[in-house]
Amino acid sequence: MILNVPLLEIKNLQVSINDNQVLKNLNLTVNKGEIHAIMGPNGSGKSTFSKVLAGHPTYSVSNGDILFKGSSILDLEPEDRSHLGIFLAFQYPIEIPGVSNEDFLRIAYNAKQKFSNKPEVDPLEFLTIIHDKLKLVNMSPLFLNRNVNEGFSGGEKKRNEILQMILLDSELCILDETDSGLDIDALKVISNGINNFMNSNKSIILITHYQRLLDYVHPTYVHVMQNGKIVKTGSAELAKELEDKGYEWLQN
Amino acid sequence: MVNQSNKVLNSNITKLVNQPYQYGFSTTIEKDIIEKGLNEKTIHLISKKKQETEFLLQFRLKAYKKWKQMSEPEWAYLKFPEINYQDIIYYSAPKSQKKLTDLSEVDPELLKTFEKLGISLTEQKRLANVAIDAVFDSVSIGTTFKEELNKHGVIFSSISEAIKEYPDLIEKYLGSVVPIGDNYFSALNSAVFTDGSFCYIPSDTICPLDLSTYFRINDQKSGQFERTLIIAEKNSQVNYLEGCTAPQYDTNQLHAAIVELIALENAKIKYSTVQNWYSGNQYGKGGVYNFVTKRGVCAGNNSKISWTQVETGSSITWKYPSCLLIGNNSQGEFYSVALTNNYQQADTGTKMIHIGSNTRSRIISKGISAGKSKNSYRGFVNVLNKAIGARNYSQCDSLLIGELSNANTFPYISVQNSTTKIEHEASTSKIGEEQIFYFLQRGICIEKAIELMISGFCKEIFTELPLEFAAEADKLLTLKLEGSVG
Repeated sequence: MILNVPLLEIKNLQVSINDNQVLKNLNLTVNKGEIHAIMGPNGSGKSTFSKVLAGHPTYSVSNGDILFKGSSILDLEPEDRSHLGIFLAFQYPIEIPGVSNEDFLRIAYNAKQKFSNKPEVDPLEFLTIIHDKLKLVNMSPLFLNRNVNEGFSGGEKKRNEILQMILLDSELCILDETDSGLDIDALKVISNGINNFMNSNKSIILITHYQRLLDYVHPTYVHVMQNGKIVKTGSAELAKELEDKGYEWLQN
Repeated sequence: MVNQSNKVLNSNITKLVNQPYQYGFSTTIEKDIIEKGLNEKTIHLISKKKQETEFLLQFRLKAYKKWKQMSEPEWAYLKFPEINYQDIIYYSAPKSQKKLTDLSEVDPELLKTFEKLGISLTEQKRLANVAIDAVFDSVSIGTTFKEELNKHGVIFSSISEAIKEYPDLIEKYLGSVVPIGDNYFSALNSAVFTDGSFCYIPSDTICPLDLSTYFRINDQKSGQFERTLIIAEKNSQVNYLEGCTAPQYDTNQLHAAIVELIALENAKIKYSTVQNWYSGNQYGKGGVYNFVTKRGVCAGNNSKISWTQVETGSSITWKYPSCLLIGNNSQGEFYSVALTNNYQQADTGTKMIHIGSNTRSRIISKGISAGKSKNSYRGFVNVLNKAIGARNYSQCDSLLIGELSNANTFPYISVQNSTTKIEHEASTSKIGEEQIFYFLQRGICIEKAIELMISGFCKEIFTELPLEFAAEADKLLTLKLEGSVG
């Protein structure tokens, strides 16, 4: 068994937005089979980090590199990164009026199939595929007929993100505060979804404010991000310590 | 922050969908032209060239007199330089030595043009079950399936032919819905119209084919002034489709058309348009000025007129397909998608005039504005005092793309009796950068993302279009939005 195969390597990453540096010399390696939790106070750069990985056009990388499966992805468009296996579950999933969830999911699925030189599926075949996945996140098939995220409750939006994660079966998943705003039942559903999804070929980056999620999804490492860089790394215990003492504790 | 990312997205889209206007070619063909400029002599000449009756000559002269006394309407939310009406060619026809009796005698160069446009005047359309009349600059080139239609008593011909062969119908109906002096452009059209289509559906007949006209402006300096007249007798039905394109020129071309529909008792007319005149380049240079008066009268009880339009072309669009609901229980419908990009300006909408009792009207308008364009919906619902139990439902949705586009709605409602029910809904939304990013993150390319959002927005209209038009319209909209999303 080969240990420590890096899926994602971030080297000295510097990112700015309108000349403001928001990530400063960030270094992080995520190996296959690992779950990394990133915690940190508001405005520390966690969400920026997730969007930079996904290739959001607002941010520009001024220095450093991001390697995915050993090659730099800095020059790749967001859709190419997605095809390669990077998935971002959004903190605030946006509503898309006029486009049904079913069409959206199928077209995303087929885009990936096409990229992997696999046959695209027709709407009927797709229904059988998606129905199995819906069960995993406890969603009713009625969601398929609604427009993407339109009129969804906060919990429904988050479940829809996890559904897409499972459907696209990406190797690296970044979950940006997927646990925020969820009641305890929804949190369990989502945690189950994540745990069933995870295996030794995949990696997950969990961005969260709360230790609560980590009771259900066990991280390999916990990082603390402050002012655009990782200031401390530890085991799951670190999260508990933070919960007790707050972030100020780290500054002393 | 937004600007910076817009730039990135914009350049991406420009790269991805940089497709030029694909109908921008012109055809070299020998033409018979009346010198540019407009005076009584021009009108006499047009009338003579078309070997018209005295009735028509007088009709034209009367219109010309009215036109001279009128001035261009200024109430629309449109800005354009003054049009020099003396610098326009009012008659341009492909030169032919003799009268054509068969399509095979049509100049092959001309037929090639229509093939390029994807319109085959011959066999292909038989399969699609569409009879077609093609108008090139000023003259109708050929009408297909005449004989087959004749068997059912349906008349489908160019209006020039109809003027000669059915003078009674022409004298009875021409100008009966849109009077000569209705507006500045209708007066101009009435004075100088050169061709167009004519259909007559006899009573108790459902027209066996969809009828279609294809308009093409080819000449750089010529205006196109066509006129369409459709008469549906008692208990008859017809579907009519209209398509338009023009070559790409730096100068502006003028198009001022009139369409008149007459639906008698129990008759149904469905009129669909896909308008894709050249809209000018990305700096707003060139393009067609499109000033069109379309009006239908539901003259008989239980009659119905339905307008569906997809307006994507022209640098200026001024167009309000309307219904006069005279017959009791008659119905008027208006379904519209108007898309503007770059410097295009559209002021379009409808008028529903409720005169008979229990008349109903339905207005669904979708405006999409991108680039620096202006897109306005202008509607007038007028319920008169005898229209007992009249109902109207209006819905006007606008979709903005980018930071510099402009959408307006001007709904006017006038109700003169208390038994009327009126509903009006309106919404404005925007295709945002974050929505696009959501698609991209899921591996869906930007073209597909825009296509999905636009067709979602226009869903209700596309279902009203005939099948072959609906697919075309979907593609057309995506194409027209090149480089405009961010």
